[in-house]
Parts: sequence; C-alpha cells; structure tokens
Amino acid sequence: MSGPRRCGAVVGTALAAALLVGCAAPGGDRASGAGTSAAVTSEPDCGSGPVVLRARFETGFPLAKALTDEFTRQHPDVTWEVREEQYAVLTQNAPRLLADDPPDLVRLPQVSDLAADGLLRDLDGYAAWFGWDDWPAAHLRQLRVGPGGRPRGTGPLYAMGFSTSVTGVFYNKDLAARIGFREPSTLAEWDDALARAKGAGITPLAGFNSGAAAGLAFPLQSLMAAHGSPSAIDAWTFQQPGARIDTPANTEAVRHLRRWLDAGYFDADLNATDYARMLDRFTSGRALFMVDGDWESATLDRLMPGRVGFFLVPPVRAGEPRAAMTGPPTFGIPAGAAHPDCAAYFLNWAVTDRAARELTVRVGGALPLGPPDAHVPPVEPGSVTATTLTAAALVAANGTGMDFMANATRAILSESWTPRLQELAAGEGEPDDLLRKVQADYADQVDR
Amino acid sequence: MRWRRVGWLFVLPALAVYAVFVLRPLALTAQYSLYRWDGVGPSTWVGLANYREVLTDPDLYGAIGHALVLVVFFTGLPVPLGLLAAAVIRRTATRPVRAVLLLPQAVPLVAAGIAWSLLLSSTGAVNRLLDVVGLGGAARAWFGDSSTALAAVGVVGAWVLLGLCTTLLLVGAERIDPALYEAARLDGAGPWAEFRAVTLPGVRRELWVCVAVTAIAALASFDIVYVTTRGGPGDATSVPGFEVFSLAFAQREVGLASALAVVLVVPALAAVAPALRWSR
Repeated sequence: MSGPRRCGAVVGTALAAALLVGCAAPGGDRASGAGTSAAVTSEPDCGSGPVVLRARFETGFPLAKALTDEFTRQHPDVTWEVREEQYAVLTQNAPRLLADDPPDLVRLPQVSDLAADGLLRDLDGYAAWFGWDDWPAAHLRQLRVGPGGRPRGTGPLYAMGFSTSVTGVFYNKDLAARIGFREPSTLAEWDDALARAKGAGITPLAGFNSGAAAGLAFPLQSLMAAHGSPSAIDAWTFQQPGARIDTPANTEAVRHLRRWLDAGYFDADLNATDYARMLDRFTSGRALFMVDGDWESATLDRLMPGRVGFFLVPPVRAGEPRAAMTGPPTFGIPAGAAHPDCAAYFLNWAVTDRAARELTVRVGGALPLGPPDAHVPPVEPGSVTATTLTAAALVAANGTGMDFMANATRAILSESWTPRLQELAAGEGEPDDLLRKVQADYADQVDR
Repeated sequence: MRWRRVGWLFVLPALAVYAVFVLRPLALTAQYSLYRWDGVGPSTWVGLANYREVLTDPDLYGAIGHALVLVVFFTGLPVPLGLLAAAVIRRTATRPVRAVLLLPQAVPLVAAGIAWSLLLSSTGAVNRLLDVVGLGGAARAWFGDSSTALAAVGVVGAWVLLGLCTTLLLVGAERIDPALYEAARLDGAGPWAEFRAVTLPGVRRELWVCVAVTAIAALASFDIVYVTTRGGPGDATSVPGFEVFSLAFAQREVGLASALAVVLVVPALAAVAPALRWSR
C-alpha cells in the first residue's frame, strides 16, 4: 500500500473507532432513588411462590453461606444462588456489580461511596418495620451514611450485618505458661510480657503486612486507641469535618509500634507475610500473641481447643475502659435488587431466629446482632469463643468500640496505610511522618 | 479497483474484531481521560486537567523509574540468554531439552508468580539453597525486602520471557539455510565465528521482535507485580501499569487512570517503533 492510501486507511479506522465510541460523556445519571427513604407499609417477606435470591459473599467466611442454607431449610420456597469472591475482588468490583448486575444481597466494603452513588437501598424503612432502630445505636452506626456519602455514622441505614465483631489479642496458653504470663492490666505490662517472650526465644507477635491489606494497621489502631481515644479515631474514619489522624496521641502509638518492630517482636519477613501465613504461625505454636478479631474464634477453638486465650488491648492506665475495633461485617441490598423485601426479611431472620443466632456463634464465633433481650446461644465454657463473646459485649456496654480506620475512604487502605506501614516495618521513614502522609492522602481523597 | 474492494470484504471480519476489542477500548480510554469519572456515576468534562495531574505527580516518576529497571531485567536477561540457548539447542539439543527450555513460555504468568513467591519466601527453596552453600546470612524474604523486591520481580519476568525469546529465536535459527553453515565450516569457521557470521544475522528480525515484546512487557508490567508484591513493600515495586489499576479500581478515578494509560503509550511506542523498524 502506498503512503497516502495507508494514511487513508488509518484515518478510516480511526473514524470508525470514533463512531463506535460515540461522543456522549461516560457514565449514567446519579440514581434518583438515592437518599430517599421509602416507608415500608406491609410486612416485607418472600411472597408465596418460589424465589431465587442471588447473593455475593466473601470467600473464607462461611457464616453467610451457612445462614442461607438454614434459611432455605426453614423456607423451602426460597433458594439461593451464592457466589463467593475474595474481599479485594468484591471491593474493586462492587460499584460495577451494583450498577450492572445487582444481586439481592452483597457483602460490601464501607458503603459511603456506594450510597452516594445511589447504588444501595436505604434500609431505614425496613429498620423501622422490623425494629432494628430499637437496638443499641452503636451496633449499626458504621452503616449509616450522611447525604453525599459523608460523614458516616449518621443518616439513613445502608447496610446490615449478622454479628458484631471485636478485635483484641489472642494468645497461646502453652507458650504463655512458659514465661509465666498473666493477662495484662496496662499496656506497660503487655510490653513487659512481649520482652520476656523475646528473651525466652519465643516470637512475641504473629503479624502480617504483605499484599494490600495493611496488616500492621490492627496493632497500630489498637495502640492508638490505648494512647488516645476511640471516638477521635472514629471521627476521622467517618470523615467528620476537621478530624485529623496525625494527632500527638496517635503519633505516640506509631512510635510504640516502631519500638516493637525495632525490638524484633515480629518475624523479620513481616512484609512478605500474608494473613493466612500469620494465622498458620499462630496456630502451629510459633508465636505467643496475635492481634486479630473474633471471626477466627471458631477456627481457633477447632484447631487449638482450650489452648487459646484472648484479652482486649489494655489501656495505658489501669482501670480505664478498653477499646477495640468492632462492627458488623457489612451486607447491603442493591438499589436494583430483584427481591429487596425478601433479602430484608432474610437479614432480619438472621438476627432474630434462634437457629440462625446459634449458627452465628458456632460458625462465625461472633456475638449476633439483634434486640438486647434476644437469645444468646450457649457456648463451650473455657473456649476462646466464650471469651470473645464476653469481650464484645463489654466493649458494646462501655461504648468503646470503633470502626477500622482503613474504612475511612475507599483508597486509604491500599494507597496509604499499606505502603506507609510497610515502610515502617522496613525501618524506613520517620514514625512522625507516617501519619502526616496518611493525613495528606486522606485530605486529598476527601476533597476530590 | 474493484478487486481492491473485494479485498476489503475478506479483511472485514478481522477488522471488525480488531475494531471492537482494540480500537474501541483505545478510543474510549482516550475519551475517558478527558473526564472526571468514578466509573459509575455522572462524569464531568475536565479537558486536559487529568494529564496535568498525572504528569506532575511525583509518585509517577518513581513508578516509571521502576519500569525502566524492569526493562533491564525483562529485556537485558532473556534476549542474550535466549540467543545463547537457541544457538546451543540448534546445534545439540534433543527434544526433552527443548521442551524444558520452552517451559517458561507455557506456564501462565500468574502461576509463575505464585510459584516464585514460594521459592523466594523466607523459608523457600532459594534461601535453603543459600543456607546449604554457607550464604545463609544473605537469606531474606526477597519480595518482602524493599532493597531486593524489584530485582526479584525482574528475575521472575526474565524467567517467564526467556521461554518466549528462546522459542522465537529458535524458529528464526532453524529457518537459516543449512548451506550457509556448511559454507562457513568449509571456510574454517569455529562455533563462535559461525554464530557471529551466520546465526546472528539470520535471526536479526526475531531478535528485534524479542526486544520490542520484552520491553513492552516491562513497561506495561502489571500481572507479576500484582501477584507477587502489589507494588510493595512501601512503593518499592510500584510500576505504571499497577498505578493505572489502583487509580481505576481502588481510587475509582477512571479519568486519571485513563490519562496515565494514554501517557504510557508514549514510552512504549518510543521503545517499540525503532525495534520494529530494525526488524524489517
């Protein structure tokens, strides 16, 4: 082909491509239903005929699937089409999934952007009908979203959960006995136990910090709450105006964590260790402590029966209330769901039905949400599940629960906490800079 | 003239596929780069603002620097080694040897990444080997150490691309007329002279294709980084391809991600155009 002709062909294909694209701006209109609360005037249920509910759940958390199986057993007309995906995949695809192919029920990351985009159903109508509003307000606070997506913590309810989780410190009772460990009443006592474990040749802390999961954020936020206050951290996580993360108290917590890292309390390959490997190290007796949540209680009771203890991260001064990350794993009903009433009925069933609540404790190891007087299923005395249930109830009673600070914005976990905490673990950068950088990224993301 | 039109008819099916799966996404990316858009809601026209933001972002320069280091690994290792392997295989190797050398090309990249993550982990085979030969002090979690993570990613890429280069260069070497080798030998050429005078000129085109393909693989690298390090530890292995991904899917800044993708086409073309020219 000669020069001008080739040029013609290129122009031709470019024109054809332009035609294929069209010139309309990308994206749709913001859904008009967003933010409006439809009052529920009749019992939301699954109707009388056969219904197939479509759900997307998180891989590795068998509770949701177990609940759907039990629900079908009790309601044979309702069957489920459940697809499980990794949390990161769910997080990345949630907006497109909800916009293009909405299921009836979906496990979600924090919901502010999704609610602001009008992709989620406002559940206030269901909450009023089913009486979810009568529960302790703190249980569902994280799932409320203000107009336009911020701040979180107030406004209509955009998601629900089955249980409320609590984080703290698991410990291996066999290793603890070797150093004569007793559950600490202050942070200094815990520091002392860590040092004694190190001295005895035991890895004090099982940790993880690889991938995009910011594993060190668990111990860091626990230390922040001990040095500072859980409500101040929540203000930042919920994007309340003026809230900052780079406070003196939080910076002191970063220095505290840095001291642990410098002292070699974690394994040296922390930045190459993922969550599964951390769990493996703890359950195979290669570390004394592990900062984690009660979603592992059932597993730990199965793998190390009677040999695991749990305590909430101790305060700086003895006697002060202990804080913890708490909150329900989040499930939402998409705005475009085919059977929203049935999905809402299921959510309510999951926290009120006796068999469902027992499943939540047995499979999920966590305290079921629900009315204050609801049936609390019995657990094996001495099991770690029993200990974490008590701890969850204590944190709820004290009002010292807080959301996970990685839920502050959609990108703060992968873009800020992960790389900055990996640098901290590698001994790079100054502890004082860490929170300043995270705050700068946060301000940038909130302003956009 | 009529025949020319009939010719287009034959090309049409392929052209349609190419238009839908290559040209349309390309044009859409260019279009998205002019908007602020979260991928779902309404979008706002911002003109070239996304390009300004992308080009002034200091993180980007770090990522581009990492990509250039990867070019050294992805191109600098597999092309010479592939050439060597092809020259040796052509002269001596039996089928099983060929199969082994072509293996890296047959293994999916993600599987290779996972396998290498295990090999290079703190308790992996590489560290055990170091221990055995008395270099246990150098042992580390290769992907978890900021001073070695990028090189570790480079080694995985080099291993994967070695298969491709060997395959391509071997095909080129086998196409060379045996009479040329015979003539060279009659003229008294040893293996080195034979390689320099016959093999190398014979595979010149394949060689440049290798350079182009491996350089693009380095500049557009995403999958190895995603599987092994996710850009960490810290930002030690962040590469532009991964930045595009995290802008689009973590930060939901589809406009910025598209602008960065368009910007990345420039160095890729700059690397590829001369290589393709010399391969003619």
